[in-house]
Amino acid sequence: MSTYVAPVKDMLFAMNELAGLQEIVGLPGNEDVSSDLVEAILDEAGKFASEVVDPLNKVGDKQGNKWNNGVVTTADGFKEAYATFCETGWNGMPASTEFGGQGLPVTVSTAVLEMWKSASISFSLCQMLTLGAVEAIAHHGSDELKATFLPNMVSGKWTGTMNLTEPQAGSDLAAIRSKAEPRGDGSYAISGTKIFITWGEHDMAENIIHLVLARLPDAPPGVKGISLFIAPKFLVNADGSLGERNDLICASIEHKMGIHGSATAVMSFGDNGGAIGYLVGEPNRGLEYMFTMMNHARLNVGLEGVGVSERSYQHALAYARERIQGKIIGDKSGEKKPILHHPDVRRMLMDMKSRTEAGRAIAYYVAGCMDRAHSHPDADVRAANQRRLELLTPVVKGWCTENAQGITWNGVQVHGGMGFIEETGAAQYMRDARIITIYEGTTAIQANDLIGRKTAKEGGKSMQQLLADIAETGSALRASGNAQLKAIAEALGDGIAALDEATNWLIANYDANPQAAAAGSVPFLKLTGIVVGGWLMARSAAVAAERLDAADGDFYKAKIATASYFAQHVIPEANSYRDAIVGGAESVLALEEALF
Amino acid sequence: MKILVPVKRVVDYNVKVRVKSDGSGVDTANVKMSMNPFDEIAVEEAVRLKEAGVATEVVAVSCGVGACQETLRTAMAIGADRGILVETDVDLQPLAVAKLLKALCDKEQPQVVICGKQAIDDDANQTGQMLSALMGWPQATFASKVAVSAGKATVTREIDGGLETLEISLPAVVSTDLRLNEPRYATLPNIMKAKKKPLETVKPADLGVDVTPRLTTIKVAEPAKRSAGVMVADVAQLVEKLKNEAKVL
Repeated sequence: MSTYVAPVKDMLFAMNELAGLQEIVGLPGNEDVSSDLVEAILDEAGKFASEVVDPLNKVGDKQGNKWNNGVVTTADGFKEAYATFCETGWNGMPASTEFGGQGLPVTVSTAVLEMWKSASISFSLCQMLTLGAVEAIAHHGSDELKATFLPNMVSGKWTGTMNLTEPQAGSDLAAIRSKAEPRGDGSYAISGTKIFITWGEHDMAENIIHLVLARLPDAPPGVKGISLFIAPKFLVNADGSLGERNDLICASIEHKMGIHGSATAVMSFGDNGGAIGYLVGEPNRGLEYMFTMMNHARLNVGLEGVGVSERSYQHALAYARERIQGKIIGDKSGEKKPILHHPDVRRMLMDMKSRTEAGRAIAYYVAGCMDRAHSHPDADVRAANQRRLELLTPVVKGWCTENAQGITWNGVQVHGGMGFIEETGAAQYMRDARIITIYEGTTAIQANDLIGRKTAKEGGKSMQQLLADIAETGSALRASGNAQLKAIAEALGDGIAALDEATNWLIANYDANPQAAAAGSVPFLKLTGIVVGGWLMARSAAVAAERLDAADGDFYKAKIATASYFAQHVIPEANSYRDAIVGGAESVLALEEALF
Repeated sequence: MKILVPVKRVVDYNVKVRVKSDGSGVDTANVKMSMNPFDEIAVEEAVRLKEAGVATEVVAVSCGVGACQETLRTAMAIGADRGILVETDVDLQPLAVAKLLKALCDKEQPQVVICGKQAIDDDANQTGQMLSALMGWPQATFASKVAVSAGKATVTREIDGGLETLEISLPAVVSTDLRLNEPRYATLPNIMKAKKKPLETVKPADLGVDVTPRLTTIKVAEPAKRSAGVMVADVAQLVEKLKNEAKVL
């Protein structure tokens, strides 16, 4: 078994060189942050992730959660680890200082969150859901609701959930049926069944604050008639103490393919007359409120893709260094050596490493955009970063999670037959990764957002601006006189041409032939991911080329090699995606329904 | 009461160390460094004494390169009140460190110095003892329990075959063993506060100490690889092999 070691150096590199950490720590509101503080935070978080969270992962997978008559018991060690997680202040880290968080830039919390996700997706989900609920209440709730719920949620004493999905309302939230009836005292009686509620019930915190989407009696049908409510597991008395148990129960938990450490609950509201709930914000605006958190939530799930990929890579690498098998082709010594020496094992590890680093690059870059969009003093800079953030959010979510499938799959493959045996632990990362392309909007939902709202509906302006920025990096690399950088720039140039052509085709066909455009939406998302990933890897290589003589020159040497691999092996995929988008819709849509 | 805690920056215990190809030492370039785990226990013990109201101030000291500041910040994130860095690029040996610590003890006048029993890089296990001799203070090494009251410390120490409890008068040097305590994880607010705590940098010359190495490392090598064993058929064959092959009988 391997132990997770946070890749602090690569994280800092991505933060400094791609997200622009130096600029971000100088933005208004970040006066307490300095880059050496950031390093200290990453070191301590990395230690906590290795020593406390990582060891839980396998236990959570093996034991899962136990449901008994509405009560859920977590796997051994989760409760204690969660308590320490909260005591040390990691739970509330990304939240604003107003409610007890540390108010650190998104770029910094992104790196720390990646560590929790690497160490255990299951464990990390509790914090993610809680902070999502905190954000919703902080933005849209009344002062009274904020004062009642937020401090305890930020500290982690209470956790939060998101109750959106119902059996008939998955990706299509317009089909929600849960009801909220006014009780005459300003509160509401909530009833209905919600499914797939992550951390919906557990024994780690004294109270669970459910955010619930439901319809008021006079609500219009569809998405415009959904409101957002808070329904706590235990009602909260005026003095802040816990009162009666609310009329809501965990009816069962799901048997899943992965993330066994987190309970996925079926929640039943109002079996005995209605769960007491409090309206957040205005009636019928629930879905809109949920969408204000979407950028964060989707960035965070994309980060799960990076995190689990990194963990799977570290696990496979440790095995490849130790496992001695066979003689190495072309090796005159004839000795049997660790499988890391076999060219194909290297290919798999390079593929895992380069895609993981490219994923981290995009995720951190977008986190940097978020910080600048929020805090930059210049309104034009804020607006430009907001556009870039919105354009790339579905790419972070979609591409990093799709990539994680192949990466964790290779993580099993490197282990050979032992990868198929659960004992080695490689399979868990693959099973855990499987959900991330699905929840918080499937890849198709992300791709739909990317081709529609983010590209075609605005005439491709944001995309063209992005392509211009990428081309600028290409020109700089070509002018560098460095053969490795030039080769990377050539590959990147092909990628730019492919994405440009696909974008133009998309804009021309989106309205005229919406089915054809949609048929190529996921390839378009992957194409964008590859080109943006290639761009940021190219930028990384350019920075690294300047530092080869530094004391830590090996790190930069590896950075260039990794970027070269990405340019030679991954960017060429851009052409096939372009071809599929531009010329492949017909065959996708050709079959009559009966012929399937 | 003031407590002084020396902390050393060492290769992280998770890192598999590699010997440099020229045998001149261990490769520390590009390797994760952190606080010596025994020193972390020492900081934790000092901070607990402060939290219990026994100590009033905890001063962390590190001797070495500029990057030791990070180690001092870690100590301050656990709860040390301030830090002193004795900055030098010279490869410090235990006697040099003990002399630097003596100079700081003369200046700071702590009642107790709590140090790790050894550092996990060179495993010397000498600095605490040398400091005690240089100061003329009592020492209690390998502590697994420490109680401090009214000018005295009662220290339980781990010795071969059991535990020994000593009473020593203060000021004194105590060195920590693994079972003394389990260091806490620094909280995020304390990590942030640590950046604002005072950190003073001095040079060995400011303290009037000559840190020139007195020992020369001739060669550093990996431990010899163990060769595979063989199964013997019976006792007679074992005795035969011990006599004729191993030649130990």
